[in-house]
Amino acid sequence: METLIQQILNGLVLGSVYSLIALGYTMVYGILNLINFAHGDVLMIGALTALTTILFLKTQFPDAPGWLLMIGGLVTAIPTCIVVSLVIERVAYRPLRYAPRLAPLITAIGVSIVLQTLAMLIWGRNYMTFPQLLPADPIEIGGATVTVTKLLVIALSASIMVALMVLVNTTRLGRAMRATAESPRIASLMGVNPNFVIAVTFAIGAALAAVAGVMIAATYSVAHFYMGFLPGLKAFTAAVLGGIGNIPGAMVGGLLLGLIEALGAGYIGQLTGGVLGSHYQDVFAFIVLCAVLILRPSGLLGERVADRA
Amino acid sequence: MKTFFPGLSNNPRAAWIATFVLAAALVALPFALGLYGNAPVRALAFAALYVLLALGLNIVVGFAGLLDLGYVAFYAVGAYTYALLASPHLASNFQSIAQAFPDGLHGSFWLVVPMGAAIAAFFGVILGAPVLKLRGDYLAIVTLGFGEIIRIFLNNLNAPLNFTNGPQGITLIDPVKIGGVNLARTQEFFGLQLPSVYLYYYLFLVLTILSIAVCINLQDSRLGRAWMAIREDDIAAKAMGINVRNIKLLAFALGASFGGVAGAMFSAFQGFVSPESFSLTESIIVLAMIVLGGLGHIPGVVLGAVLLALFPEFLRHTVVPVQEQVFGRVIVDAEVLRMGLYGLAMIVIMLYRPKGLWPAPEHGVNPSEASPPGALRTP
Repeated sequence: METLIQQILNGLVLGSVYSLIALGYTMVYGILNLINFAHGDVLMIGALTALTTILFLKTQFPDAPGWLLMIGGLVTAIPTCIVVSLVIERVAYRPLRYAPRLAPLITAIGVSIVLQTLAMLIWGRNYMTFPQLLPADPIEIGGATVTVTKLLVIALSASIMVALMVLVNTTRLGRAMRATAESPRIASLMGVNPNFVIAVTFAIGAALAAVAGVMIAATYSVAHFYMGFLPGLKAFTAAVLGGIGNIPGAMVGGLLLGLIEALGAGYIGQLTGGVLGSHYQDVFAFIVLCAVLILRPSGLLGERVADRA
Repeated sequence: MKTFFPGLSNNPRAAWIATFVLAAALVALPFALGLYGNAPVRALAFAALYVLLALGLNIVVGFAGLLDLGYVAFYAVGAYTYALLASPHLASNFQSIAQAFPDGLHGSFWLVVPMGAAIAAFFGVILGAPVLKLRGDYLAIVTLGFGEIIRIFLNNLNAPLNFTNGPQGITLIDPVKIGGVNLARTQEFFGLQLPSVYLYYYLFLVLTILSIAVCINLQDSRLGRAWMAIREDDIAAKAMGINVRNIKLLAFALGASFGGVAGAMFSAFQGFVSPESFSLTESIIVLAMIVLGGLGHIPGVVLGAVLLALFPEFLRHTVVPVQEQVFGRVIVDAEVLRMGLYGLAMIVIMLYRPKGLWPAPEHGVNPSEASPPGALRTP
């Protein structure tokens, strides 16, 4: 029973991070039908920028409380990620908006590699320790333990997602975004500037990725140039699971995938009699991805998408 | 010969001469480079292997238009097939195999390489069957996931039964022996001393040329035309009576079998395999090769593969000395720079030369590239 609660908690933490990243994928996909392959690497840039800021602040103000440093890290990481993401959109995706579908996907892979290389040049190839900023004492909930950082991850993600829902569903900008997702051409006839909306979408996605990056680094206390790849891939899976292009879908998909992974990793040893261990955790996401794409390609909450665009 | 030199098809004598000169140059190349030691010849041998991989991926991506980001999985399957069937590993870990083969498993080249190709093709079908209905970009992600799954399994299948020896990899893999000639030893032919790398280079060269011939024939065949029809428009292709699913599966299987052969050769050449060699990076490098050279155009693919395979050698011999000259120390590692430049090349090529350095000749306007009617133009 304790394992169950523990794994559910772990799954929620993992899942809320996936949700944050998946939102970036799903919003861009909803509007451009493009898999922003470099999204995971934007997250990595965010985490490493925050780390640099935090380390710098630590040398300047050794007495500053941990949460202030964390905020300092977020405050630098978010604008950095937004700028990086806007540059990527402008340079690598916008010129190819009407090219065959393979083209932007290949540039996206290129962008991902370039970002990783830049990170390697700036921050080096080694794993860097992300300092423990919030108290590390475990809090007990129903026999399971959880740290303040992990609770913060859940709370922060939940509030960000609520804010995003409000933005998309009630504001003028949100309406413009939904209109552009429906049809950029008609939206532009209605006075929406699609380029602006697309840029805003990338910016929001990047900001969410920055937060997710800092959260991942804080949870695992480590950051390095390749840290964006797996979360990025899994978040994409989460977006597909929930129905790509669908914002509530990304949230549900992220949480669900986090739970599947945590429970799967927790119980695979028992289920297979010790043949397969928890190091197969990363396989679950891909199995889920394949299963969803085969059984229900439009995802849990997705509308039926046309076969081709 | 005109298959190799389509431009010279109405001048057979020139085509023969060109072929002869090219063949002589390729045979003589190791001797010229051999003056600088074995390392450049080794790089050439690897370039030939990459050509093989690029040709295989080109069938899937270039001909059939299915973006496969997990191609390295098939390379890994081929490599591990050879490694397991031609090394003492299985015999030393499994009693029953040790009893059946007291000297350990030492499969013959003629048996193991086709098996590597067949098993890789089988995996190609296994991967392809469920996912081929998917749209292009989904397919890319699923194949990427498949590549990672294969790597995770190779990394972890050392317990409870030791199949792959986990991250340590498999060692003591037999070298290639063809008709009693052991390619791992220096051999003497007509008074010429040929070191092992030269022999492997010639073997890979022969395989590459065979594969180029196979690819050219495939491209002009009924099957090749069906692939290209699917690439351009699969609904139209279906309407023309093409069995889209089976033809796509065939592309996956054939592409995978090239990867399997290349993997088996890699295993034999290195004498050692580990999961580390089969990371996503490798898939992306091969993809970069065919994108750079020219998707779907065989000479372009060969050019791209050779360029990108030899590029690290070039970097190693320029970047490091130049930095030492200018800054007095090495600031940017050649390996780091290489991946960055590959990524940059993929972006720049897609933006400015989307058909690659050596694109296929135009056969009329490709409708998917013309902008859709009434499309929104960005200023």
